[in-house]
Amino acid sequence: MMDYVWAFIVGGSICVVAQILMDKTNLTPARILVYFVTAGVILGALGLYEPLVKIGKAGATVPLPGFGYSLAKGAIKEVEKYGIIGAFTGGVKATAAGIAAAIFFGYIMALLFNPKTKN
Amino acid sequence: MEKRKENEIKNTYQQIVQKKVPQSSILKDAVFAFVVGGLICDVGQFFMNLFLSLGVSKDDVGYYVATVMVFLGAFLTGIGVYDNIGKYAGAGSIVPITGFANSIVSPAMEYKREGYIFGVGSKMFVIAGPILVYGISSSILVGIIYYIIKILAR
Repeated sequence: MMDYVWAFIVGGSICVVAQILMDKTNLTPARILVYFVTAGVILGALGLYEPLVKIGKAGATVPLPGFGYSLAKGAIKEVEKYGIIGAFTGGVKATAAGIAAAIFFGYIMALLFNPKTKN
Repeated sequence: MEKRKENEIKNTYQQIVQKKVPQSSILKDAVFAFVVGGLICDVGQFFMNLFLSLGVSKDDVGYYVATVMVFLGAFLTGIGVYDNIGKYAGAGSIVPITGFANSIVSPAMEYKREGYIFGVGSKMFVIAGPILVYGISSSILVGIIYYIIKILAR
């Protein structure tokens, strides 16, 4: 049960940071997503995102900075294992499921459905 | 004379715009983003716990959660539900990985009439593309820097 409470708090807080940035600046959602992924990579590399994952679990891994964290963690892990080539294989390997699923399901859904007419 | 008239029109226009633009209260936006974002993460937590209880290892469970959440985000976008959530949730529906899926399906559906290759196939990445470019590239830099530090530390 505490899992859900912490996931809610951590995940919700990350979204609030993005919301405040959207309201206070004129940043578009797309830009915020790019900044958040990159921030996740940097925080992940410095080991600063790890505590959030420990506490928030899905609350930290489901938001986009978690995607960046996985990219950085994967790159570091593979460099440890295979040397310099790991920098190129690690990130994508660690996030392969999400990326492949996004391309595959994204394509399928776009084929199956049409945009709803706006009222 | 002409110039003054022009300025007057500009001023009244600005006043009308000021009145028409909804005064979005940051606090209300933040609460919605917090609740919806938190709930989406709880859905992820539910699937994480579910797959763990089914015997998926801790190292692999993230793959399962990411796949399911992306599927849900893509599907809910397809049936038109996700954008309705987004109207209220703002960043709460944009920042989770379901929002990443949403950013792929929305433009892909929108541009379907331009064909399956340059419509769907390329417009899928209008937003997802930059995310992947910056995310993957920065992770490669992290790997290279880590490698260099490792050599220097030897």
